[in-house]
Amino acid sequence: MSVESGRSALRSVLLTVFGALALLPSAAAANAQSAVVAVSANFTDTAKELWALFEKETGHRVVLSFGSTGQLYAQISQGAPYDVFLAADDERTKTAIEAGFAVEGTEFTYATGRLVLYSSDPGFVTGEDTLRKGEFQRLAIANPTAAPYGAAAIETLKALGVYEALAPKIVQGVSITQVYQFVDTGNAEVGFVALSQINGREKGSSWLVPQNLHAPIAQNAVLLKHGEKNPVAREFLSFLRGEKARAVIEKFGYATGTP
Amino acid sequence: MVESIWSPVRLTLELAFVTTLLLLVVGTPIAWWLSRSRAPWKEAVASVVALPLVLPPTVLGFYLLILLGPNGPGGWIAGGFGLPSLAFTFPGLVIGSMVYSLPFMVQPLRNAFDAVGERPLEVAATLRASPWDAFWSVAVPLARPGFLSGIILTFAHTVGEFGVVLMIGGNIPGETKVLSVALFDYVETLQWREAHIIAGGMVVFSFAVILAMSLIERRMSRARG
Repeated sequence: MSVESGRSALRSVLLTVFGALALLPSAAAANAQSAVVAVSANFTDTAKELWALFEKETGHRVVLSFGSTGQLYAQISQGAPYDVFLAADDERTKTAIEAGFAVEGTEFTYATGRLVLYSSDPGFVTGEDTLRKGEFQRLAIANPTAAPYGAAAIETLKALGVYEALAPKIVQGVSITQVYQFVDTGNAEVGFVALSQINGREKGSSWLVPQNLHAPIAQNAVLLKHGEKNPVAREFLSFLRGEKARAVIEKFGYATGTP
Repeated sequence: MVESIWSPVRLTLELAFVTTLLLLVVGTPIAWWLSRSRAPWKEAVASVVALPLVLPPTVLGFYLLILLGPNGPGGWIAGGFGLPSLAFTFPGLVIGSMVYSLPFMVQPLRNAFDAVGERPLEVAATLRASPWDAFWSVAVPLARPGFLSGIILTFAHTVGEFGVVLMIGGNIPGETKVLSVALFDYVETLQWREAHIIAGGMVVFSFAVILAMSLIERRMSRARG
């Protein structure tokens, strides 16, 4: 390679780099029209449909970030750049407000979750007697200290008086999504999942846990400080309260409105 | 609180110890074969052994979850113990850790065997040592640095394992709740104090391992040189 052609190659590389840098401000401007929403794992499917609907209706961009409620809260408390927090409980949202990570007065219950005992084996789950008989080796639940569905599962077992007997069989998933994986792959015969997860899936057997066996799983949304001045974030929250969004949320197996 | 931290520590050390011991047994013949064989597909086998270095733990965890489950060989073995699956058990974790740490045992050993070369073994053969005898009394002592780094690296890597355990462990205290998972739990539930104790301990431990490694290597090379 001659010196001359080497120089021109260098120049074209530099031009490309600077060209890319010049584009950056406009990309940042586009970001002003978007919002980042931290979504609790159990709401994944529903959130994806809501997201598509919202983007289609408004033309704004929304980025969804999934995780367990505890994990997301830990990230938020360390300054994660989320604008909206869709938790799986009403505790983390309150803590977020008290700790100054969220905007007061923006909290509301967007969905009430329903707990389901589920097995990928058709006919395996027949009702609460499946728990009373305990004819299985592994019962999967979400981590009860971090995930509300896990806490509700423990409450249900205690309400039925079978907790002591079944405790040695409990395996924990990080989130309700992992519980579903454990059960779906057959590594655990049964597990407590969210109704929204098995909605529309044909195979397996399940028992819808009556709501009087555990405290309601109120899932609250809140506007985070990071998104306080973001119009898209506010618009997403009011969209979430709207009729269209509620129809989607109910379709996926949640109750809406304050329980 | 002491028990809640001590139990994962003990479990992690047990897992690392068993994994290292078994990998020593399994890894040595593999490394020896890789070093001595002239088979054309030798490097393909070496690449398979090295795969866990590159693959994300989630890939390994996903396959392990299926292989250990009722539709895989793990479920068949677990059936003998009346369990549906090897997932969520200590033996299941050992299998996962062995896959995950395999290259950390095999590669230092192979390098060490390569460094020994043919010559000392040929000499041993002229002295009428059987191949088995020559391997034990010539190759293994000469490859000692490789054994040491293999053992230390495998042990340390298993202690630091997270993704695979998270995906197949089920977080059972005393059975599958190892240090890294306990730490993850503490962070998730905002128990910063416990998280600090474990995280700080891991940093000190890892530093000690790396320091020990380089000191051993220096001593070895001085002894040889």
